[in-house]
Amino acid sequence: MAASMASQAVAKGLRIATSKHILLDKAKCTWLSPRRWLNLQEYQSKKLMQESGVAVQRFYVADTASEALEAAKRLNAKEIVLKAQILAGGRGKGVFDSGLKGGVHLTKDPAVVGELANKMLGFNLTTKQTPKEGVKVKTVMVAEALDITRETYFAILMDRSFNGPVMVGSPQGGMDIEEVAASTPELIFKAADQIKRLYDLFLKVDATQVEVNPLGETPEGQVVCFDAKINFDDNAEFRQKNVFAMDDMTEADPTEMAAAKWDLKYIGLDGNIACFVNGAGLAMATCDIIDLHGGKPANFLDLGGGVKEKQVYEAFKLLTADPKVEAILVNIFGGIVNCAIIANGITKACRELELKVPLVVRLEGTNVHEAKRILTESGLPILAADDLDDAAKKAVAAIKK
Amino acid sequence: MILGHLGYRTVCSAKEALQHSGVRHCYTGTRKNLYIDKNTKVICQGFTGKQGTFHSQQSLDYGSQLVGGVSPGKGGKTHLGLPVFNSVKEAKQGTGADASVIYVPPPFAAAAIIEAIDAEIPLVVCITEGIPQQDMVKVKHKLLRQSATRLIGPNCPGVINPGECKIGIMPGHIHKKGRIGIVSRSGTLTYEAVHQTTQVGLGQSLCVGIGGDPFNGTNFIDCLEVFLQDPKTEGIILIGEIGGNAEENAAEYLKQHNSGDNSKPVVSFIAGLTAPPGRRMGHAGAIIAGGKGGAKEKIAALQSAGVVVSMSPAQLGSTMFKEFEKRKML
Repeated sequence: MAASMASQAVAKGLRIATSKHILLDKAKCTWLSPRRWLNLQEYQSKKLMQESGVAVQRFYVADTASEALEAAKRLNAKEIVLKAQILAGGRGKGVFDSGLKGGVHLTKDPAVVGELANKMLGFNLTTKQTPKEGVKVKTVMVAEALDITRETYFAILMDRSFNGPVMVGSPQGGMDIEEVAASTPELIFKAADQIKRLYDLFLKVDATQVEVNPLGETPEGQVVCFDAKINFDDNAEFRQKNVFAMDDMTEADPTEMAAAKWDLKYIGLDGNIACFVNGAGLAMATCDIIDLHGGKPANFLDLGGGVKEKQVYEAFKLLTADPKVEAILVNIFGGIVNCAIIANGITKACRELELKVPLVVRLEGTNVHEAKRILTESGLPILAADDLDDAAKKAVAAIKK
Repeated sequence: MILGHLGYRTVCSAKEALQHSGVRHCYTGTRKNLYIDKNTKVICQGFTGKQGTFHSQQSLDYGSQLVGGVSPGKGGKTHLGLPVFNSVKEAKQGTGADASVIYVPPPFAAAAIIEAIDAEIPLVVCITEGIPQQDMVKVKHKLLRQSATRLIGPNCPGVINPGECKIGIMPGHIHKKGRIGIVSRSGTLTYEAVHQTTQVGLGQSLCVGIGGDPFNGTNFIDCLEVFLQDPKTEGIILIGEIGGNAEENAAEYLKQHNSGDNSKPVVSFIAGLTAPPGRRMGHAGAIIAGGKGGAKEKIAALQSAGVVVSMSPAQLGSTMFKEFEKRKML
């Protein structure tokens, strides 16, 4: 019963949402490759939620201990929660290199907030999910602590089986949703209202997932979103400039960031054979086949279809700059991609960067004969391979030498 | 297909079109539109743009029947010796086109697809990579509730019937008319499969790139049905990757429709065994999310349906050749 009440509210929200007409700006538009892996801090996600009218704990952010103290006073709350803002999880059990234990603290005294913030800001917080040396904390969140009498789980996500957004809810503590509806029906309406606002947010920011854990009930009968994880559709970056501008890249892999600048899809892995491939499927398969032949891929790299010689050069530069790379495997099947462009980019890069590791090259497709000629005549120590199996075997063998 | 000349069109209510089991009555009827041939007339949306121009010329060089294109505001002009129209509707009226290929940038591509659906173009192929997921969810909502238009893609290389018709960006010269149907989420892996099946002498009957996006117009099952019913297709290569459950659904379908004595050999490769969870591996749809969508599970599902899964993408042609040998089909 409660589920249908909630779903009616949601359905109404859905109808309103789908009737919105997105007016497109017909300005000239180039085919930009979107940035990958947008990560927002907790306070940024909560700010987005606040802007959509979703109930979150009242909070301020602070970059200095005195700001934190002021914020704590301004909150005028019964109890305050101080949270270090880093992207990684496990903050509660983390340790600062200032000696302070725990990245999340509760206190009723604003002065304590100031003292604790002093031991957080500018120091590194190490948790189970951070690198060994931890992550520097530049911002803290000072929020009103609220008691949670009941925790539930709620998420909205784009689902392929349902061809669109689905809502997932999980009541906790063994309480029936019907029982809640019977004894405290107003809570259901409040939750439905929060759900509608979360759905509006989901659409507004082009999210692929909004996960609220927990969606909780306070002793005073408020429904509050205590934490949220929002995943964003990279393809929507062109119309979500404000959201993507919030991207905190300080915790990102520097190579991934540099690659994104050149519109290269690069993901760092932990092996020693660098991959240089056109096409996402072929790039994944190249990593797979290196592994199949006993090697370890150092990265995933998809050059894309319209790749230019400059990008080839920059990609090569990135790969060769990685100290853990002991061999490079180039695997190109040119459809749109002209193999000769790849060959020119590689030979130029090899000459300028003084290639020190074995280079295995497998080329096929558009203009392959011209490409092979360019590579042979370059005089560079390049191992040519016939197919993907051959290329992987040669790359693995080249390291063992 | 279209019963427009009788003045009526089968319209399904949302309830009829979508049952609990997810079977789509209306839209599945358009599967046959996938099988292009030398008579297929193609128009190009985004005709006068850089991509549109380059690939339209390639298409003409291959011998496809490109009959015109759409470029709003440039109607009445000529491009590559062919007429330009202001809208898909006008282009269809002016050329009798059966298919449209879309080379339109991401912010406007979904609208271009919808325009083609409204004009009831039987086959629409959208090459564009980078369309926002929300836009494609809305396109799909419309697509599933009509029965005139079949969409392939987006974010795909297109579809080719070797020697007869090429709609998309695949290199024509690696193809050879033959006996293997290929369906794939990855463009360049398709080229690998094509190259190998050409090398072993089997050739291809029809190659469909369904693309790497999570919300798209055509899935594995749509193509498998066409392949299983096509006498020219004697073997099938299915190329999948991490993310979603399209491969698992395909395995179920094959269990029901491709078992027993008359079954056609199916060879598969699934990319992404080494992909880290939670990351999008190039394709918007290639992500292991919430522990679901991994390559191992897909491989297991396909194997349980009698599919021969190759662990190497370089052995697709040889594996299919061996299957043909085993079944004395050579």
